[in-house]
Amino acid sequence: MSKQAQHWEKTRGLLMVTLAIWFVFSIGIFLFGAEMNEVTGPFGYPLTYWFTCQGSLGIFVILIFWFANRQEKIDEEFGFSERGDD
Amino acid sequence: MIKGNFIDNLPKVYGIYTGGFLAFIIIMAIAEQMGMSAKVIGICFVAFTVAIYAIIGWLSRTAQADAYYVAGRQVPTVFNGMATAADWMSGASFVAMAGGIYFKGYGYMALLVGWTGGYVLVASLLAPYLRKFGCYTVPDFIGTRYGGNLARLLAVIVLTVASFTYVTAQINATGTIASVALDIPFQYAVYVGLVSILLCSMLGGMRGVTWTQVAQYIVLIIAYLLPVFWISNKIGAGFFPHFMLADEVARIGDLEQQFGFVANSKENLALVPKGLAGITKAHSAVNATPWAFISLALAMMMGTASLPHVMMRYFTTPSVKAARKSVGWSLFFIFLLYSSAPMLATLSKLSLMDPSLPTGIIGKSVADVQAIDWYQNWNQANLMFISDFNGNGTVELNEFFMGGKAVVLATPEIAGLPYVISGLVAAGGMAAAMSTADGLILAIANALSHDLYYKIIDPKAETAKRLVVARVLLVVIGFAGATIAAMEIQGILGSVIWAFDFAMSGLFFPLVLGVWWKRANREGAIAGMALGLISGAGYLIWVRNGGSGFLGITQLTFGIFGSAVSLVAMVVVSLITSEPNAATQKMVDEVRVPSGRTILGKQ
Repeated sequence: MSKQAQHWEKTRGLLMVTLAIWFVFSIGIFLFGAEMNEVTGPFGYPLTYWFTCQGSLGIFVILIFWFANRQEKIDEEFGFSERGDD
Repeated sequence: MIKGNFIDNLPKVYGIYTGGFLAFIIIMAIAEQMGMSAKVIGICFVAFTVAIYAIIGWLSRTAQADAYYVAGRQVPTVFNGMATAADWMSGASFVAMAGGIYFKGYGYMALLVGWTGGYVLVASLLAPYLRKFGCYTVPDFIGTRYGGNLARLLAVIVLTVASFTYVTAQINATGTIASVALDIPFQYAVYVGLVSILLCSMLGGMRGVTWTQVAQYIVLIIAYLLPVFWISNKIGAGFFPHFMLADEVARIGDLEQQFGFVANSKENLALVPKGLAGITKAHSAVNATPWAFISLALAMMMGTASLPHVMMRYFTTPSVKAARKSVGWSLFFIFLLYSSAPMLATLSKLSLMDPSLPTGIIGKSVADVQAIDWYQNWNQANLMFISDFNGNGTVELNEFFMGGKAVVLATPEIAGLPYVISGLVAAGGMAAAMSTADGLILAIANALSHDLYYKIIDPKAETAKRLVVARVLLVVIGFAGATIAAMEIQGILGSVIWAFDFAMSGLFFPLVLGVWWKRANREGAIAGMALGLISGAGYLIWVRNGGSGFLGITQLTFGIFGSAVSLVAMVVVSLITSEPNAATQKMVDEVRVPSGRTILGKQ
């Protein structure tokens, strides 16, 4: 398999992991919104309420930075990263 | 004071700017103590900030296509993040979001999740690849990847429909704020707003818009956060509201139980001025079905990834790597405001509902409440209303009504903050609406001037001529938007949500599959865009005219239907027609790796 095909396979793998995490916190947990709201979440807010106010939003921020770092590593591994800029 | 190149000095420049703005707020606060009237303070805030944006717009003037269309591709990640956040957070986010949460609770908060979750799709599926492509506009990508003028033209049409729906709402919002702050009739205020918007974008294009948007972000985030923290501290709810309002949220739940949600009769509701609503939904309880919540969130997420004015911000970064990071920064800066909106709604509701707080009005006598200054002001502005329906002489929960905008605009006054804060909030709302309007008008004008005029009509046009066309279009589109806004056809929030649905119906799958599915070809993309937009729009018209809809898809989520049709059409048509030629396939391979030259090169 060519270097490029390997790079793309890893990139696709990372995409799948990223989208899976995204799916859980944007869609998955809200299937059980009513049940989860009975539980007390961080800082004492009802759990579902907390996810809609802060939790999911914050997780998305972290997820994007994590994704960007992982993708950079993949690019470097195969020598496809850009040089001399940031 | 400033040496060397502008880009290297950005932190310093905006540091001085932020300091200057804070000093201006303090000067205004002192002036208020010395007796300056509320009206003059309001005018000063709006005039001062708009003047600064206009100066930035003038300093950023340019005659180069690269600077005009993509700000020279040298905007650093963090600053591009701020600019995107301002581009993204519209008048609706700023003025109406906390109100929506206040009145509708959980069902509305799907928008918070949707408008942030969409950035994960932007970062992982699209932004870095479109940056590598090196295009000027979103239709530029569609036109080159799939080839042919028809595909390009369809992309321009989808972009124009979605962005134009959105931009009228933003010009409307600038008009509303300008008319309140400057005390002029709305029909004229709309054009004052428009001129302010054009001052930022006309001379410098994307470069002007970028640097004004950063300045606008700083104003709007200060204007949003300062009152939230101040009110929270003032009523003793906690010095960092985001982590400390659990007791207040629980208290609202108890008060809701105590007062009970009493439904008003039709005759009584007919007395309430149009656009005002009472508290009828639980604050923190789950009050929507899973599908209602998820479908709205999903539509907003896919819409986010298809809206061209957001996507084109990532064309301005220096590299592919920077584009990815920049999406993260964008969402971080958006998060700062979005996570504060529910806190503001909580504080606002508690201030009004809790009889043990001096600001509480529920349970007090109607005559007393009607004598309060702020009640009279906002009642006059048609944003507050009380009526003693049951005739017992006290205000009940179902007898108090408020407009959605009042949560952001009136809460500082209700909580007894000085007027300078209200002036600041007006400046923030103006910044939010202007920055989004600028991004949208520029997206439309750029698509028409670059893709329609330069690429389709006159490919030999000189740069100077192209930029003249771009600027003329900017003004024409701005005026068209303002004229429609002045007619006041639709509420701010409704048209914003429609824009997302239109964008996702026509563009989401043609964009995503263009990168991720090599087999996608021209015929497929054309079918996907055309059928997606037509079926989405058709569904909207059907539901608006009394159609029952299906699968719980409403007029707010019609994009789910449109994009599903788009996906099926695109896959089926691609597979029954021949695969893209070798050159196109090679182009897709190159888009997928960050290193090397951009596909379109320097134009």
